[in-house]
Amino acid sequence: MKRSVLPTIAHRLAILCYIAFALFPLFWLLKVSVTPNDLLYSEGVRLWPSRTTWDHYAFVLQHSAFPTFFKNSVIVAASTAVVVTICASLSGYALSRFSFRAKYLIVALMLLTQMFPLVMLVAPIFKILSPLGLTNSLTGLVIVYTAFNVPFATFLMQSFFDGIPKDLEEAAMIDGATKFIAFRQIILPLTLPGIAATLGFVFTAAWSELLFALMLINGNSAATFPVGLLTFVSKFSVDFGQMMAAGVMALIPAALFFLLIQRYLVQGLTAGAVKG
Amino acid sequence: MASIQIEKLEKSYGHVSVLHGVDLDIADGEFIVLVGPSGCGKSTLLRMIAGLEDVSSGEIRIAGNRVNDLHPKDRDIAMVFQSYALYPHMTVAQNMSYSLRLRNIAKDTIGSAVAAAASKLGLDPLLERRPKALSGGQRQRVAMGRAIVRQPKAFLFDEPLSNLDARLREQMRAEIKKMHGDLKATSIYVTHDQIEAMTLADRIVAMHGGVVQQIGSPLELYDRPANLFVAGFIGSPGMNFLAATYAGGSVRLADGTLVALETVPALADGESVTLGIRPEHVVIANDGSGMRAAVELVEPTGFGIILHLSLHGLPFKIFTLDREALNSGKEIGVRFPAQYLHLFGTDEQRIA
Repeated sequence: MKRSVLPTIAHRLAILCYIAFALFPLFWLLKVSVTPNDLLYSEGVRLWPSRTTWDHYAFVLQHSAFPTFFKNSVIVAASTAVVVTICASLSGYALSRFSFRAKYLIVALMLLTQMFPLVMLVAPIFKILSPLGLTNSLTGLVIVYTAFNVPFATFLMQSFFDGIPKDLEEAAMIDGATKFIAFRQIILPLTLPGIAATLGFVFTAAWSELLFALMLINGNSAATFPVGLLTFVSKFSVDFGQMMAAGVMALIPAALFFLLIQRYLVQGLTAGAVKG
Repeated sequence: MASIQIEKLEKSYGHVSVLHGVDLDIADGEFIVLVGPSGCGKSTLLRMIAGLEDVSSGEIRIAGNRVNDLHPKDRDIAMVFQSYALYPHMTVAQNMSYSLRLRNIAKDTIGSAVAAAASKLGLDPLLERRPKALSGGQRQRVAMGRAIVRQPKAFLFDEPLSNLDARLREQMRAEIKKMHGDLKATSIYVTHDQIEAMTLADRIVAMHGGVVQQIGSPLELYDRPANLFVAGFIGSPGMNFLAATYAGGSVRLADGTLVALETVPALADGESVTLGIRPEHVVIANDGSGMRAAVELVEPTGFGIILHLSLHGLPFKIFTLDREALNSGKEIGVRFPAQYLHLFGTDEQRIA
């Protein structure tokens, strides 16, 4: 059957508009980061500067603490993502498959933690972490981020486990697997899309978190990249070129990470398991 | 292969009791079909034998050993699920060999076992495929292959054919029967389809409301149903029931007609009974004898004809091979041959 061309064109145009709208800030980031300082204010509003330069990138890499921020952020975001995903996989599986006393109380408590604005919690958390020597440390940040991300990640993982038919585990157990082997060899491989989604979600959340990083960290040595970006704002001026260059480079790991996991995000691994 | 004994088996979820004391002795190599409507407890019983549900009270023995507290993996049984439950991230060969790999069996042994099962089921060209690249019937075969690849003590089937279309179901039914003939494996098969039960079973266990209603060979259940439930459940179209009262060697129907019985049951005159007769046993009497019944609907099935009648204002069905029935007018006469009558008491149990 031949489909009419017009709706297809309209469809593509709509998508194009959406993409342009969504990506414009990123484009502007890139544009400013390659604009030489002398052209930044002199050329007016242009889509692309008449002359481009990599100077900002070079400066940020060589003369700022950006590499430290970057390293700190990678450590914090990756550790948080891994720790949260492990916790959430186990707790999500438990919520999905087992019935136990106080299950609904636990679910209610986890939901409750999601209801408070984080700002309210900054002071008490500082109070808790400070005597433990966990302020101004990456470990402290990882602990705080993990605590805040586990509830939502648990619900996310639970919904993925719910989507895997119980028959599969039962078949594995009858085939001779223990509950844990069935979990590891049958359920976990099928939850890869869910694990990828959770990893990605938590990684980005931790990567871009500003509030706690700002409150719990002082000085450059343990600062993460969102805090570090603020160092480009000085009392008298904002160095936009360098700030944007740092911003572009900060996007790279997140983009790489999603490139890595997108295969699992889009793949429906459970297709064909049961009649459907 | 092994025998299975079930003794006073009960299952309850909290205060809700779903199995009320099931007793069943399954001989080595026997093909048992558990049949009943949805919610009758047949699947629960099967899952308890498999070890997927806990036993509330009673005992299950496989090959003489009590297995109540054994994990499914230690019971040495194989099960075919209604949903097939194939592992989607494994190929057909890996699906079939999973149980053997878990037992750390030598690679060559696994290879030959999978090859043997695959050739038996015609799966050879599909061994490297993933389940999602298979049709429903092929998935069903893989699920069977996964079960037969090792020699378990018993095979359990949980409505394995209900997701297939009618033609395929017929074909797989025959294949299961043939496979059982070859393997002589103790099998327990759950279904709600009485045709599957009739065609496959050595013995049928008819269940209703968590209670075993009757255990017997398919023809026993068809010829001498123990109670109203079994009488109505086995056979298609279902048996006709008519309210009646006993009157000295005959029964009197609602309109006063006397129907003669073959044997004289131990009943007092005037006792109320239920008279049952299968649609295929009713005789059409066009010579004016017999009771008059209004024809409401005629359903030709090709092989025969189902007549929906109204007898004394109650629905009544006839199944006949006589094509003349297509031309029956608004009314026909029906006669009940005495040897085909079933008589049930007020307690719904069979009298004669």
